[in-house]
Amino acid sequence: MFELIDWSRAQFALTAMYHWIFVSLTLGLGFICAIMESIYLKKKKDPKWKSATKFWMKLFAINFAVGVATGIILEFQFGTNWSNYSYFVGDIFGAPLAIEGMFAFFMEATFIAVMYFGWDKVSDRFHLTATWLTAFGATLSAIWILVANAWMQYPIGMEFNVEMARNEMVDFFAIVFSEVAIVKFWHSIMSGALTAAVFVTGVSAWFLLKKRNMDFAYKSIKVAAIFGIVASLVVAYTGDQSGIQVAKYQPAKFAAFEALYEGKEGADLTVVGILNPDKRVDNDEDVFLAEVKVEKMLSLLAVHDIDAFVPGFEDLVYGNSEFGIMGADEKIERGRHAIHELKNYNEAVANRDTVNIERIALLFDRSTTEGDDFYTNYFKYFGYGYLESPADIIPPIDLTFYSFRIMVGLGVYFIFMFILVLWLQRKKRLEKYKFVNYILMLSVPLVYVSSQAGWVVSEVGRQPWTVQDQLPVSAALSSINSMNVVTTFFLFAILFTILFIAEMKIMCAQIKIGPKEED
Amino acid sequence: MPIFNKIVNFYLDGFREMRVGKKLWALVLIKLFIMFAILKVFFFSSKTPDFDNSTEEASYYREQYIK
Repeated sequence: MFELIDWSRAQFALTAMYHWIFVSLTLGLGFICAIMESIYLKKKKDPKWKSATKFWMKLFAINFAVGVATGIILEFQFGTNWSNYSYFVGDIFGAPLAIEGMFAFFMEATFIAVMYFGWDKVSDRFHLTATWLTAFGATLSAIWILVANAWMQYPIGMEFNVEMARNEMVDFFAIVFSEVAIVKFWHSIMSGALTAAVFVTGVSAWFLLKKRNMDFAYKSIKVAAIFGIVASLVVAYTGDQSGIQVAKYQPAKFAAFEALYEGKEGADLTVVGILNPDKRVDNDEDVFLAEVKVEKMLSLLAVHDIDAFVPGFEDLVYGNSEFGIMGADEKIERGRHAIHELKNYNEAVANRDTVNIERIALLFDRSTTEGDDFYTNYFKYFGYGYLESPADIIPPIDLTFYSFRIMVGLGVYFIFMFILVLWLQRKKRLEKYKFVNYILMLSVPLVYVSSQAGWVVSEVGRQPWTVQDQLPVSAALSSINSMNVVTTFFLFAILFTILFIAEMKIMCAQIKIGPKEED
Repeated sequence: MPIFNKIVNFYLDGFREMRVGKKLWALVLIKLFIMFAILKVFFFSSKTPDFDNSTEEASYYREQYIK
């Protein structure tokens, strides 16, 4: 039976995943347009490159128009469904979102107009600059939401203000330049670039199959394939770096990637596997019904050390003194103590008990010795205090495990796909291999699947937390009527599906028309 | 003023010459109307109490976190 928390999560997931469909293409296609326009000017205004640039710009505009403002619905939900979360994270989440809104509005709105209206009306260089700035504007606005997301996975640069009952930013640069934010930024932006590269290749393959606009198709594929190889390699590298960070800061999420129950030194990597649905952390069932493993590879990926210890759910739930891992039961006790002190503070405020107000305020002040000690031993585990049992720290394993393999498998596939495409297009032999062109077309939905799987890995894998170790989803939720959330869930599902169909229809119509000849 | 007029004309000409763009603008406006005039007003109006000051607000949320 779905409860309020499930509906709220489902609604947020639906909105975020639909939003990302549009955003990922916008992020990458802007740069492909800018690269093509740069080539157009470098090739002494070869009209064929202008024609190609304008064609992809048109598809960029369709995607941009359909996707623009869909993210605002997420902000509605923060205020209504997740008000406890919104207040708790305070200005840390609010500031990046506000900057994002300003960037998105001013930069994109200004330069996108020059990009579309400015052909032959402004100088070539100014137009090219506007195209590049539109692409950079989209990227810059994405930085801020990714910074906010990274902070939720790895909260730093803040202090909890007990008087205001919220976290406050104390180090803006620690948040913006946190190692998790930097890796998340490059991984997400480059996955958008990869999406656009596969999209351009797939659409161009359709032209090759139809034996139409062959020169345009080859030109587009050349740019997209090079762009795609670079993007897919950066995605792979940042994915590896992200894995190291997850192993370090979100070990339960990392264990879910691998369905790792029993930690070990020199842990094996499961390349593919079928999970045993009866397996729980408290029984002795086999983890897999079938599996293919590579010995010690997981330790190598997690820590870049083949013999390193990688903790599993049993270590994280019950603790492992040999490797200095505190059990979730101990963390829950400590978290409950921190919540209890917050409760004492609340009572002291209600009773105007200044002695206790001052005493507890000191505990929450990390600049004092008592405060630093209280933070290290108790407040660091604040969120655990809301959990009912130690096993609650385990995210949905099956969804995370399978999504991870889809994401990585398709990521590897795209690297080889682009190498093959680049080789075939150099020889101008691509149109002879019809099946390759069909595969390229089919790869367009696949790149969206991999992109969405990546989002699932990141967001489902971090359950039960909205803010890692600080606030579980159960405590982040507002006290609202679940029927309201159910109703809006279906309204969003309908609205977004209509938008998605509209985008498909408009885009397909424009693709069929094809590029127009330019003077 | 000439610069201002140039900018205005730049946008006016741009909008006038749009083909697919007109359809896209209609889509954007319908979407924004649904979001702000329907969803925001009827489904996403604030469900938290109105607070007179930040102390009251902090007190409300402290209660939420210690439930």
